[in-house]
Amino acid sequence: MTEIVAVLDYGMGNLHSAAKALEKVADGQKIVVTSDPQVVATADRVVFPGVGAIRDCMRELASRGFDQAVREAASRGTPLLGICVGMQALMSHSEENGGIECLGVFPGNVVHFGERHSEFGDRLKVPHMGWNQVRQCQPHPMWAGIPDFSRFYFVHSYHVSGVPENQQAGTCEYGLEFPAAVCRGNVFAVQFHPEKSAPHGLTLLENFLRWAP
Amino acid sequence: MGLAKRIIPCLDVDKGRVVKGVKFESIRDAGDPVEVAKRYNDEGADEITFLDITASHEGRDTTLHTVERMASQVFIPLTVGGGVRTLQDIRNLLNAGADKVSINSAAVHNPEFVREAADRFGSQCIVVAIDAKKVSAESESNRWEIFTHGGRKPTGIDAIAWARQMTEYGAGEILLTSMDKDGTKDGFDIAVTRAISDAVTVPVIASGGVGTLQHMVNGVLQGGADAVLAASIFHFAEYTIREAKEYMVAAGIEMRL
Repeated sequence: MTEIVAVLDYGMGNLHSAAKALEKVADGQKIVVTSDPQVVATADRVVFPGVGAIRDCMRELASRGFDQAVREAASRGTPLLGICVGMQALMSHSEENGGIECLGVFPGNVVHFGERHSEFGDRLKVPHMGWNQVRQCQPHPMWAGIPDFSRFYFVHSYHVSGVPENQQAGTCEYGLEFPAAVCRGNVFAVQFHPEKSAPHGLTLLENFLRWAP
Repeated sequence: MGLAKRIIPCLDVDKGRVVKGVKFESIRDAGDPVEVAKRYNDEGADEITFLDITASHEGRDTTLHTVERMASQVFIPLTVGGGVRTLQDIRNLLNAGADKVSINSAAVHNPEFVREAADRFGSQCIVVAIDAKKVSAESESNRWEIFTHGGRKPTGIDAIAWARQMTEYGAGEILLTSMDKDGTKDGFDIAVTRAISDAVTVPVIASGGVGTLQHMVNGVLQGGADAVLAASIFHFAEYTIREAKEYMVAAGIEMRL
């Protein structure tokens, strides 16, 4: 039977690029962009992309019943990939927009970069935008074929904090070291945009389509 | 190790074709933007900027279609600018597969538009393009103003104050073009690049004037730019993006190779 990969569409802008990149690397799987939590409930794999502000993201998720659908997919054992704000929404809490409760799949917080400086004393620009290196801090099937310290494309002003070390799959440096990838059982989530990080990002998506946690 | 500086080739697109010319082809028609973007992607471009210079209304649909084709084949960030005037324009471009949109004269006519756009779609996808021209005399301290209509129409707006205002309104990035240097191949206007980079907390892309690889190095090391944008130096295949990056690495700049 054809595997169904559900890409959550909850009205937050450019979610199609994730679907297009998945289609590029798919090997027989059907990529379905959906706003229906029922499709998520029966999908073989779930991709949870996100852009924009966390307040709008959580509101749109809830209004479509996706909050419950994502939590259930996480606890049911369905391979789940969170991207960018999708990763942040999997934490317990975000300080963006005056403080927002998130889905609590990971026990972390989302905090602003604040004013930070490079090792040379320059003030670092926020958003953290561009290609930065990811240190793979534990082996994981999602890293297959991707060299350690490969560069991925980031664009974000808030970062995840407080995730236990054994749930960190990769870290990145930008004024401080922060989790760039987190993992827990069947859930993997990344702060960067694999769909915009050719070629290694496409390898990561390919790994996700093969992943059997 | 850390965040790399970026090289962004810019495609000027008219009615679905790249203009300004690439090597061995006529000036008016330099090829299919998707093919050109793919080539740049293969050479290691960090992003692609697509500037729509189509004047006609029908042309806009062609643009959306081109963006759609590009986004399904090129998996690096894509910024689209030119004629972005309404929230619906932005939504259409994002839905077609653009990652960021660049707003220029619509911001000058109505600064609130930038605030609305950032509120609705997030600062991460709102680039404000600034066309600046030096207006101070030799004996005075440097002052630059915003110009519209390809550098012909002065607005009386101070470029540095404008850059600050636009980031306060939610611009996630500034694309700064020196109208004095654009097309000259004399190098960036380093002074305005440095002034604006120091004035704002968001990344600044330097544009206008690149003629040599050393100009790109100067834009980053002297101008403080986070990214450099260039068109003709790559279109005419004087240098590949890979060569440009190797040159910048040799100058001590962190790049993605």
